[in-house]
Amino acid sequence: MLMLGAVCVGLMPLTGATFYVQLVSKIMILAIFAMSLDLLVGSAGLVSLGHGAFFGVAGYAIALLSPKYQAASLWWTLPVVLIISAALALIVGLLVLRTSGVYFIMVTLAFGQMLYSLFHDTKLGGGSDGLYLYVRPTSSIAGYQPFDLEKPLHFFYFVFVIMLGVYVLLNRVRVSPFGHALAGLKVNEQRMRSLGFPPIPYKLGAFVLAGTLTGLAGYLAACQFGFVNPEMLSWHYSAMVLMMLILGGVARFHGAIVGAFAYVLLQEMLASQAVFGAIAKHWQLGMGVLIVLSVLLLPNGLTSLLDRLSRVRLRQNS
Amino acid sequence: MTERGLRASGLRKGFGGLTAVDNVSLALDVGVLHAVIGPNGAGKTTLINLLSGDLPPTAGSIHLNGQDIVGYSSDQRSRLGIGRTYQKISIFASFTVLENCRLAAQSRKSHAANLFRSAGSYPSLRHEAVRALAAVGLDHRAGVIAGTLSHGEQRQLDIAMSLATRPQVLLLDEPLSGMGAEESASMVRLVRELAKDHAILLVEHDMDAVFALADALTVMVNGRVLASGKPEEIRASPDVQRAYLGSAEARHG
Amino acid sequence: MSGSLEFLVQLLNGIQYGLLLFLLASGLSLIFGIMGVLNLAHGSFYMVGAYLAFWLARDIGNIWLAIPIELAMVLLIGVILESALFSRLYHRDHLQQVLLSFGLILIFEELRSIFFGDDVHGVPVPPLLRSSIPLTGTLSYPVYRLFISGACLVVAGLMYLVIQKTRVGMMIRAGSTNREMVQSLGINIKLIYRWVFAVGVTLAALAGMIAAPISSVYPGMGSQILIICFVVVVVGGIGSIKGAMISALTIGIVDTLGQVLLPEFSGAAVYLLMAVILLWWPQGLFRVA
Repeated sequence: MLMLGAVCVGLMPLTGATFYVQLVSKIMILAIFAMSLDLLVGSAGLVSLGHGAFFGVAGYAIALLSPKYQAASLWWTLPVVLIISAALALIVGLLVLRTSGVYFIMVTLAFGQMLYSLFHDTKLGGGSDGLYLYVRPTSSIAGYQPFDLEKPLHFFYFVFVIMLGVYVLLNRVRVSPFGHALAGLKVNEQRMRSLGFPPIPYKLGAFVLAGTLTGLAGYLAACQFGFVNPEMLSWHYSAMVLMMLILGGVARFHGAIVGAFAYVLLQEMLASQAVFGAIAKHWQLGMGVLIVLSVLLLPNGLTSLLDRLSRVRLRQNS
Repeated sequence: MTERGLRASGLRKGFGGLTAVDNVSLALDVGVLHAVIGPNGAGKTTLINLLSGDLPPTAGSIHLNGQDIVGYSSDQRSRLGIGRTYQKISIFASFTVLENCRLAAQSRKSHAANLFRSAGSYPSLRHEAVRALAAVGLDHRAGVIAGTLSHGEQRQLDIAMSLATRPQVLLLDEPLSGMGAEESASMVRLVRELAKDHAILLVEHDMDAVFALADALTVMVNGRVLASGKPEEIRASPDVQRAYLGSAEARHG
Repeated sequence: MSGSLEFLVQLLNGIQYGLLLFLLASGLSLIFGIMGVLNLAHGSFYMVGAYLAFWLARDIGNIWLAIPIELAMVLLIGVILESALFSRLYHRDHLQQVLLSFGLILIFEELRSIFFGDDVHGVPVPPLLRSSIPLTGTLSYPVYRLFISGACLVVAGLMYLVIQKTRVGMMIRAGSTNREMVQSLGINIKLIYRWVFAVGVTLAALAGMIAAPISSVYPGMGSQILIICFVVVVVGGIGSIKGAMISALTIGIVDTLGQVLLPEFSGAAVYLLMAVILLWWPQGLFRVA
């Protein structure tokens, strides 16, 4: 089932329409964001409303690192941005992980907003207008250019490969000793402590990894949109990604991918004047209602629905 | 020469106006099973929590092998060799039996930090897990999902998980609760076997089991120690019979 | 001389802002402390209160009549939302609570957009309270701001009386620590929860209502105040009314003075304060249980 989906997405650009290629690129970038947030929320049980900060800071970082009308090199800007994201995640993590439960949610929200207001109110990143990234990073080394990110098709596959890579990486983490420990801590932290596991190093590890991968998504987003603004750091953005998780299903990373697709496609549909005419500009109303219904009726997301369907089919076949 | 074993002295725990544990001292040595009995609310679970590090004491000292561990957190104490089980069964229901023990064993190895290799690919972890499972008699159920085990088997798994951390001291909080006659007998045999190589503190309400197992006995009432010593002496003491044993035997008799 | 009067004015403003924050934070803190529900839409009720004030002032004119009508409306909305939605979330995990309430935020924002549009509107101060107290030849302090502070203090006093001195208050306090015990005593815990929720969000709406003439009504006002409200609750400690008061006043003053002295960094200043406090008291200054 998953393989089918991956192949479909991979072959999608063959339909030709550039608009859709760019749309799916955007969805895949958000899927990377969602998967990394899933590591925090689904695997570690840490609901963060400030995760958008890593997304935005990385975007601003590449925008600031790029010379105004020239392409920066992919090969050093990407690692540098990842290191910046990891460092920021380490510092923030050391502070916010002193809290837990609801305090953690509120504290991450406030930290996210702190960074938001830093970018919004000061000249640091062009204030509320944001910054432009006029030219996407180039992949050339010593004159040879393996691919050109300015071309939508190349960019699409670049993001596609990264998305698959993140998926594979996160699944490896899930089955690793670290991942098992994290899962144990999520279920019963007290028991894990009585077995000798100190909670903070594991949570911090998850936090830093999630922050770094979200930074990766932010870097790609800046390239995709050509533009970064403080809204990327807002908690509304973080909440939107959480919505993708609940739509798709938490703790199984393909749920994050499904959720990203579901959310963006739903948004496109609700906001489309072709379908809804004049009320399309109030699409958030419909989205809000869908989210409320989703939480009440389908708390484990679409992937749980798919699971149930496939189990029914298996029973019917046997 | 440092003293081996766990020594608690003058332990006190107050919650606001209530003193749950008052001036309790005890000693745990490898090879000795020390049972703690008393009516509900006597402070037995609080005592275990003080020893395991789940709660900090208001006053008193705790030494493990001569080392002062009062300021240590529960995970630190676990790494020093104190294992425990909780009144409420605390296994990880969605993992298999083996995975539960393997996870417990992980805490002792540096592999625990590894993010990229599959947990199943470490032979030493598997070996430890199997060893612990064999000690409780669950090795034939290694591949079963823990949540589907019977009540008695889950309790066994709980103990196996603690064993996988190779503790010196085992604090068992009512391991027999909720068990039928056959399961209880099985658990009593297991605990007696474990007492040979560990320093065990057993909190229990099942008097038959207590008197079958205990080498040393402490009776707690209202947070204080009423009597402490050999089981036969305590059983015969009129104070204890009046305060506790009479009513307890009526329950289990 | 006028420098210190200026400072006094800003201090009074800070206190007034802090007291408003207290109204909001106490509702949020109670709802979370007692029912364990995190309601992100709490800020939306602030917005609802403000817009209702705008609407009723425009269409009814008499604000003294408008206030009880509006409070009754919000109370009703609170009861409906609690029974239909929030009551199902008491045992569910935080993610679901966060998202459900976020969905409500979207719904409220769009309804606001549909009924009132996206413009900023002013709300007139009631004629009775339009005067100012003169401090110097050029400086005077608006009576309405004193009214706001006064109203908040009255509500705070009432809350204290109810929670500490009445049977209902005792049941609420008991219900927050031991739900089963309270239920076994025959007290209908569901009813208590319903009303705690409804009153909590009504407090938020009240805050919005009385603040409206000063802050105007505008899109996003709910979200903006929500974050500061969260900071107040976290710093004060969830479930603690005393903590909410102290924390609200501190943050109100810090934020107001910060905006005057260091406008570029005032936004971040409050969060910095929170970060520093949490380093030493990870569960707030006055956490309950």
